[in-house]
Amino acid sequence: MNTSSSQFSQGSNSTAKQIKQDNPLTPEREMVRALRRPWYERAGRGAQVVWHESTKNKKVAIGLIIVLFFILVAAFGPLFVHTDPNLLSMDAQAAPSAAHPLGTTALGQDIFKQLVVGTRSSIFWGFLTGIAVTIISILVGLVGGYFGGAVDEFLSLLTNVFLVLPALPLAIVLASYFPRGPQTVAAVIIVTSWSWGARVLRAQTLSMRSREFVSSAKSNGETIWRIIFFEIFPNEISIVAANFVSTTLYVILASASLEFLGLGDPNGISWGAMFYWAQKDNALISGLWWWFVPPGICIAVLGAGLSLINFGIDEIADPRLRQEKIPKLVREKKVIA
Amino acid sequence: MRHLFRRILFYILAIWISVTLNFFIPRLAPGNPAEAMLTRLERRGPISPATQKALEAAFGVNTTDSLWLQYGKYLNNLLHGNFGISYIEYPTPVITIIGQNIVWTLILGAVAVIISFALGCLLGVIMAWKRGSFVDTFLAPAMTFLSAIPYFWLALIILYVFGFTLNWFPFSDGYDTSLDVGWNSAFIFSAVYHAILPALTIVLSSIAGWLLVMRNTMITTLSEDYVLMANAKGLTKGRVMFFYAARNAILPNITGFALALGTIVGGQLLTEIVFSYPGIGFSLLQAVQGQDYPLLQAIFLFIALAVLGANFLADLAFVALDPRVRQERSA
Repeated sequence: MNTSSSQFSQGSNSTAKQIKQDNPLTPEREMVRALRRPWYERAGRGAQVVWHESTKNKKVAIGLIIVLFFILVAAFGPLFVHTDPNLLSMDAQAAPSAAHPLGTTALGQDIFKQLVVGTRSSIFWGFLTGIAVTIISILVGLVGGYFGGAVDEFLSLLTNVFLVLPALPLAIVLASYFPRGPQTVAAVIIVTSWSWGARVLRAQTLSMRSREFVSSAKSNGETIWRIIFFEIFPNEISIVAANFVSTTLYVILASASLEFLGLGDPNGISWGAMFYWAQKDNALISGLWWWFVPPGICIAVLGAGLSLINFGIDEIADPRLRQEKIPKLVREKKVIA
Repeated sequence: MRHLFRRILFYILAIWISVTLNFFIPRLAPGNPAEAMLTRLERRGPISPATQKALEAAFGVNTTDSLWLQYGKYLNNLLHGNFGISYIEYPTPVITIIGQNIVWTLILGAVAVIISFALGCLLGVIMAWKRGSFVDTFLAPAMTFLSAIPYFWLALIILYVFGFTLNWFPFSDGYDTSLDVGWNSAFIFSAVYHAILPALTIVLSSIAGWLLVMRNTMITTLSEDYVLMANAKGLTKGRVMFFYAARNAILPNITGFALALGTIVGGQLLTEIVFSYPGIGFSLLQAVQGQDYPLLQAIFLFIALAVLGANFLADLAFVALDPRVRQERSA
């Protein structure tokens, strides 16, 4: 991923240089004019570029639609559920029907309502934890990669050790010592899963450190922190984005696993908690497939959406991975013009 | 050699860190959970002085020793194979429980990981070679979906379909419990028969990672000059595919072994729980539910040791495959 994205940035640099040679003043003028625009116009322009890039790649577009759907359900779905999803009823172990679209649990709770309400908790904690893990990887990776020397030796050693230690078993041990709840699950996942991103970002920072823009920033007298987070960091944003997406996928899977083991909040409603109760109440032996199938499908579809975004980012960064289409015959004149 | 020496030092350090983590986690936890465990134990009956001592060393309850002295005692206990007494199966030593279970986990895990790695790499090579064909266009999205499925869910589905609905495979346990455990054909056959579904789950869940990485690296490698050169020399397709392209493309997969293995082992534990397989995962579930901290910690230590060992083997394989590492500069 490193090499591919650096190639990508080099590629865009060289095209920028070409334009410069053809028309020496335009890019600077364009930039100055762009910078003078009010922030909302610039933000809008940025959003437009992101929108254009992401809809151009089919994988990213599909992935984004899936993720957006789940975010919408998480945000607004629970508003339509008026009764407590944990409410017991006499209608236990009912197969999916018009009254209960996804059937009921062994205790008569409506599974569809649980699923909708659980989406909020799973999505919220998943993304929050994903953000936290990404921030830690950015800090460790960029600081280690930029400073080098003893700081880097220490940080990369720590990173490598956490990389080889089995994350999930460590998370299980950690979580079992702390009070049950989504905070604990989030905290232990943060502690155990920052190393992958840190390693990728360190390698990238290492290659950025000796570039011209960094030395020019240094001779301008910019502080170290400004160089790291305002000069180098923006150049790594595509890697950070890819890293955030795969981290979030990992976090959602890991927290479902921890909750499945009963390390989450036993009274809370989330996808993982649904698995926990399904397993505890022997949903499998009773043949209640509608209990454990829906949350799994939600995780799998959301996860597939996230990986699609990631593969799309990979393809944008590395043109060689793009699906080759049979090239259409192009008239030579058009290419020249 | 220098590279190998550095790696060995690194693994020793990693082992020391996992041991030390194990020592400090209970001491940092709020409300000293080990003390609560001791109280529960006392309620059951008198505790032998040896158990008391082991608990003191492992969790720092009721002790006046300094932290460093406790740490020294703890390390000494570990070196002598003394991992404490299990709480849920009191008074069985933890090491006995793990000794019974880890063989099942190791065999199941090793077989499943080898199958999924070999199959994943092979399929990845073929998919990259037949780029854009039906195999490629169908498998790539299917694998994307598969890689996002939690292990335990796939386990539940497979168990539901093949165990519960179709009744083709047994529902739980690692072998037919009516048979004697031993090296006879009936027992081995029943053990293999019971292991098929768990192994299938692990292979299906973990194959996507190897496969997609392999496919993408392979595509990049196939556009290298030396592959073009090999083709131009008129070498056979198989030779170009495996000895020129695949040999280079497999390196990222071996480097990624560390991360993948940790995840697979975690997934395997959950799979064992769903299948009630007599491995470490099932003990882990019991330890979590019964808050059996000595067992829990020992399980983590053993898993960490197994994963570190497997990673060391991967490192050796890397050295064998990549002559550049052997020459001098450590990667």
